[in-house]
Amino acid sequence: MKYETQKVALPFFMVAMALFALQIIFGLLAATVYVWPEFMASAMPFNIMRASHTNLLIVWLLIGFMGCTYYLMPEEAEREIHSPGLAYLQLAIFAFAGAAALVGYQFGIHEGREFLEQPFWVKVLITISFLIFLFNTSMTLSKGRKTAINMVLMLGLWLAAVFWLFAFYNPSNLAVDKLYWWWVVHLWVEGVWELIMAALLGYLVIKMTGVDREVVEKWLYVIVGLALFSGLLGTGHHYYWIGAPSYWQPIGSIFSTLEVAPFFTMVMFAFTMFWKGTRNHPNKAAMLWTLGCPVIAFFGAGVWGFMHTLSWVNYYSHGTQVTAAHGHLAFYGAYVMIVLGIITFAMPSLRRSQPYNQVMNMWGFWILTGAMCFMTFTLTFAGVVQTHLQRVLGMNYMEVQDQLGLFYAMRLGTGIAVAIGVGLLLYSFFGPRRVQVPAGGTQLTAGSDSA
Amino acid sequence: MAEGLTKSAARNIFYGGSLFFFLLFAALTAHSHWYMVNVSTDNAGLTESVKHGKEVWEKNMCINCHSILGEGAYFAPELGNVWERYGGHENAEAARNGIAAWIRAQPLGVPGRRQMPAYDFSEEEMQSLIDFLEWTDGIDTQDWPPFPAG
Repeated sequence: MKYETQKVALPFFMVAMALFALQIIFGLLAATVYVWPEFMASAMPFNIMRASHTNLLIVWLLIGFMGCTYYLMPEEAEREIHSPGLAYLQLAIFAFAGAAALVGYQFGIHEGREFLEQPFWVKVLITISFLIFLFNTSMTLSKGRKTAINMVLMLGLWLAAVFWLFAFYNPSNLAVDKLYWWWVVHLWVEGVWELIMAALLGYLVIKMTGVDREVVEKWLYVIVGLALFSGLLGTGHHYYWIGAPSYWQPIGSIFSTLEVAPFFTMVMFAFTMFWKGTRNHPNKAAMLWTLGCPVIAFFGAGVWGFMHTLSWVNYYSHGTQVTAAHGHLAFYGAYVMIVLGIITFAMPSLRRSQPYNQVMNMWGFWILTGAMCFMTFTLTFAGVVQTHLQRVLGMNYMEVQDQLGLFYAMRLGTGIAVAIGVGLLLYSFFGPRRVQVPAGGTQLTAGSDSA
Repeated sequence: MAEGLTKSAARNIFYGGSLFFFLLFAALTAHSHWYMVNVSTDNAGLTESVKHGKEVWEKNMCINCHSILGEGAYFAPELGNVWERYGGHENAEAARNGIAAWIRAQPLGVPGRRQMPAYDFSEEEMQSLIDFLEWTDGIDTQDWPPFPAG
């Protein structure tokens, strides 16, 4: 850790990981209801579990992005964070708002649009916290060194804040409501969040491989260019069936097909830099996440997205378990993995123990990633069967669901494996410090007691 | 990566191209907004009751079990066309009574079946919610879904 204020990131990572664990618990509850429908039916209806599961994901990813930004900004801008006090304050506000929303859901206090269920005053608190965060990091950047990485990162964060404002607009015409709802949901996850992800990936690649910054930053601009050129009009794939004009069918089909390009470029980028790299970084687990993240993002967001994005395919698959399959692997590959990658990279220096518990972290990586892939496969099979029975043959919804029990049972199994993987990861992040390096390996370690 | 492309060229292409595509997207969105209000939805039929029905829909967070126009939780049936499924196009009164009776009958308590909670709607809330579902069924969705099953 070159700069003292990078340690601001640690409480962000702790809060994010606590919420991550809670997200998995609510996911397990919801997956259990799919298998045993009476499970907790009177104590906690399914809609509460589901809203808690998705909201926790969004909140912990945002807190994770903030932690990542506080960690890398001093190094990139070559100066200390403008105000650590403001950072702790905005974390407290954000964590309070998230916790209040979560507790409120259990008592039926919420709004009613998907992912934007937070009560109005919680949305206001989130906005205030985010603005303090943007002020704090922008002040750091404005007085410091400007690199492609911190500029693209801050652009992504600022645009995320701008598009968030559409969450406050809820027209009573349902079609118009949906039109602008996607300005938050799509323009975040298939737009400006990709800027955040690519910048964080670029930072990891520079640190891990030692490849020249000029080369990395040129790739970065190409990646984020492809992301927005495809992703903005790619929003059209959500406008096929909600009352929008039919021209969205060709526009959405073409541009959302191109949304595969930035993810494929990220795979090319990470592996090319890995092969060109001259640095043999001791944090092997961080290298694993750096390479794994773009690969799973490419499959989850790219391939699984393309699978049902063409309008004449989506006509049959829209709103089935195919969407659920894509949603799970896309969020995991693109955003969960990049945050976990940065945490894996940052924790040894935040805890001043170089390097630490790498083998357990890698077990966590493989179990969690394997389980998420298997979950995606089971939901995909469920979705294909559902699409055929319900959308091609016209069978009744509940009859079709009765045919999908096997897939839902397997999905619950993968959920348990996910929980085990997350448990290992959290233990490797926050558990006792231990140096775990395979004997006779080529790993370089900075620890004094490892040969 | 092409040797001919410099970092500053890549940066300028990114900023310029993104601005271009954003403006194009914003213009198409504005047109779509106009199209929805004037062509594809029944703007005159968007009564106070339909608006109130949307509030009932949101207050009870129906979206986190059901889907509407294919968006939602996929845990329970699509409701964008529930009006059609209950035969509302042929007999509005029967559809209205059928949907209300179904909601009032929850939870069914059938073993092994997904349980919809009981909702204590007033008669006014119930009628508004059904008005909202009827209005939603009238949106021109490019013939989606393929079958009444949703």
